[in-house]
Amino acid sequence: MSEQTLSQRTRPLLLHGIRPYGTGDPVDILVRDGMIAELGTGLDGTGAEVLDMGGLVVLPGLVDLHVHLREPGREDAETIDTGSAAAALGGYTAVFAMANTDPVADTAVIVEHVHRRGREVGLVDVHPVGAVTVGLRGERLAELGGMACSRAAVRVFSDDGVCVHDPLLMRRALEYTRGLGGVVAQHAEDPRLTAGAQAHDGEIAARLGLAGWPAAAEESVVARDCLLARDAAAALHVCHVSTAGTVAVLRWAKERGIQVSAEVTPHHLLLTDERLVGFDPINKVNPPLRTAADTEALRAALAEGTVDCVATDHAPHAAQDKDCEWSAARPGMLGLQTALSVVVATMVRPGLLDWRGVARVMSERPARIGGAGDQGRPIAVGEPATLVLVDPDGTWTVRGAQLASLAGNTPYEGMELPGQVVATLLRGQVTVEDGQVRG
Amino acid sequence: MRHLLSTAGLERAAALALLDTADRLKQALLGREVHKLPTLRGRTVVTLFYENSTRTRASFEIAGKWMSADVVNISAGGSSVAKGESLRDTARTLAAMGADCVVVRHPASGAAHRMAGWVSTHVVNAGDGAHEHPTQALLDAATLRDRLGHLDGRSVTIVGDVVHSRVARSNMHLLTTLGARVHLVAPPTLLPTGVHRWPVTVGHDLDAALPGTDAVMMLRVQAERMHGGFFPSAREYSIRYGLSEARLGLLPEHAVVLHPGPMLRGMEIAHSVADSPRAAITEQVRNGVHVRMAVLYHLLAAQEDQP
Repeated sequence: MSEQTLSQRTRPLLLHGIRPYGTGDPVDILVRDGMIAELGTGLDGTGAEVLDMGGLVVLPGLVDLHVHLREPGREDAETIDTGSAAAALGGYTAVFAMANTDPVADTAVIVEHVHRRGREVGLVDVHPVGAVTVGLRGERLAELGGMACSRAAVRVFSDDGVCVHDPLLMRRALEYTRGLGGVVAQHAEDPRLTAGAQAHDGEIAARLGLAGWPAAAEESVVARDCLLARDAAAALHVCHVSTAGTVAVLRWAKERGIQVSAEVTPHHLLLTDERLVGFDPINKVNPPLRTAADTEALRAALAEGTVDCVATDHAPHAAQDKDCEWSAARPGMLGLQTALSVVVATMVRPGLLDWRGVARVMSERPARIGGAGDQGRPIAVGEPATLVLVDPDGTWTVRGAQLASLAGNTPYEGMELPGQVVATLLRGQVTVEDGQVRG
Repeated sequence: MRHLLSTAGLERAAALALLDTADRLKQALLGREVHKLPTLRGRTVVTLFYENSTRTRASFEIAGKWMSADVVNISAGGSSVAKGESLRDTARTLAAMGADCVVVRHPASGAAHRMAGWVSTHVVNAGDGAHEHPTQALLDAATLRDRLGHLDGRSVTIVGDVVHSRVARSNMHLLTTLGARVHLVAPPTLLPTGVHRWPVTVGHDLDAALPGTDAVMMLRVQAERMHGGFFPSAREYSIRYGLSEARLGLLPEHAVVLHPGPMLRGMEIAHSVADSPRAAITEQVRNGVHVRMAVLYHLLAAQEDQP
């Protein structure tokens, strides 16, 4: 292996024996100056650093529209350094960092700071998400244009964590963002219907005496926002779709040509409210874990494209915010390093999605929705060498303490998951090799 | 038995054993001038209450003292909890001081379950949020056994704010385990989501339910619910779901009236009904002490001689 650091690398890189999108016979990719210079069989590796990849699946680098990196404000739970490492190890080359930091990312100053810190770390492209409203308070629009025109070039705006509930304010946000070429990513949750809510409003929460978070609180806001987006001819993105009813609303809207996109989290594809028994807040998340019927509908929706993409809602929390009673715990779970494996387990293994489909829902679609132009590109000559190499047959056991995040709040602790990220490349730079961050 | 956290999952044999022990303790104390057994001498029981309570807390304290345990009472208001200490740290502190058993009441559902995972002391759930209140269900069962002889095949009607009631949940589990049929009566706003899948029958008409029931359990209507839009007014609730004297007349002759207290007389239960011989409300309170003695005994001294 080369001893050169990333920035010093000038040698070409030959990826030997890989299968783009997991199909066809193995080929080689020659990476030069950050780009895919050649693609074919039996490429000449003379003078190049050769990585023998023995039949691994290669996909465009993964793109996550929804992460919480906690910097600035909660650097005890995650930093841009540790979050970037977790992302790269999970196969990601770009992440969109939500605005609910402290201070809130609602001005050009804050988003430029996050953007610059992301570049300094250099493991993934960190795209700051700008707050829709000042301080996430839902009262008046933040300076969206200022953030869009900043060096961070913000295109995704969200008050994630709270819903832009006021319908008039949401209408204005959609209209105004249209003029910026951006998208409003809505955390759909009617706050009146979820006052005090602790868990999915279903049989299990009722039995456990946990106040319910009804599906209608999400579905009604998504329906309203689709109508507002229709009238504003604006782009709406729905964060963390969690119910079968929301899928039906999205299908209705898409059939009518409304510009709505949607994401589903890995945990909503895999986990259900059965996990609540025992009251371990590691399973507390917002929106809450739903029923098996919901996970099934979400998997089908992701396969057919009604739900466009997978986003992690990676939400690190300090140990004391999880090792407590249920109602005192903060909602959220780690997701970056486990997302691909969960998608393999829930979508690829059951035959709902092939690797081409994985590239679509974890890279291409999210890159387009977020306006990340050089991410989610085809694996072809002349394109950026922004790639992830996956061992489709490898399995690994999740250990929260071994994840790169500062926090350890993974709901998958001890689970054996399929699909292992072996290497990640960001514009030709190897950020992860042999499952380790290379820096 | 290591902890008593819920009646869900409490096996029939274990439940009956607790009730039988409570009976024996009751008989042992009957007619005695001095209510003191040496059974738990040298054991320390801490009651840790994060919610206001008169009867449950006093009942546990008396139960512990009658068995010669050292009982320490901690209220959330007057402790380091008020300084922001976490439940976990408070639990570990009490365990480090040598508490043998912590009796905890907490507004968070699952708090007692969490505590049992954090410390090695015995934990008794004295009410966690809207989840469970197992000793209340045990004392209700003890009272019904006294009055009705047994619970197999008996019909018990639970009336009122089921959705927010830990008493209703614990009773539903224990009564069905003991063979009773449980019928819930409430306006739909006060019934839990998915209640049709509980092992109960459900109705909205109290008058229709009364003639066929062996016992009726009136749940307290909490003050905060009255303004929460769950029903139009206290008056309408009282008219539709209150146990009036007229409704008392609909009950079979042998039927028992229960209320976990504290009662809102004139609201969910008429003054005269609460004081009628059909009502077993003071017996519930009396049995509460014996049931809690039995619980402490089973947790702390079960390896030793019978009391």
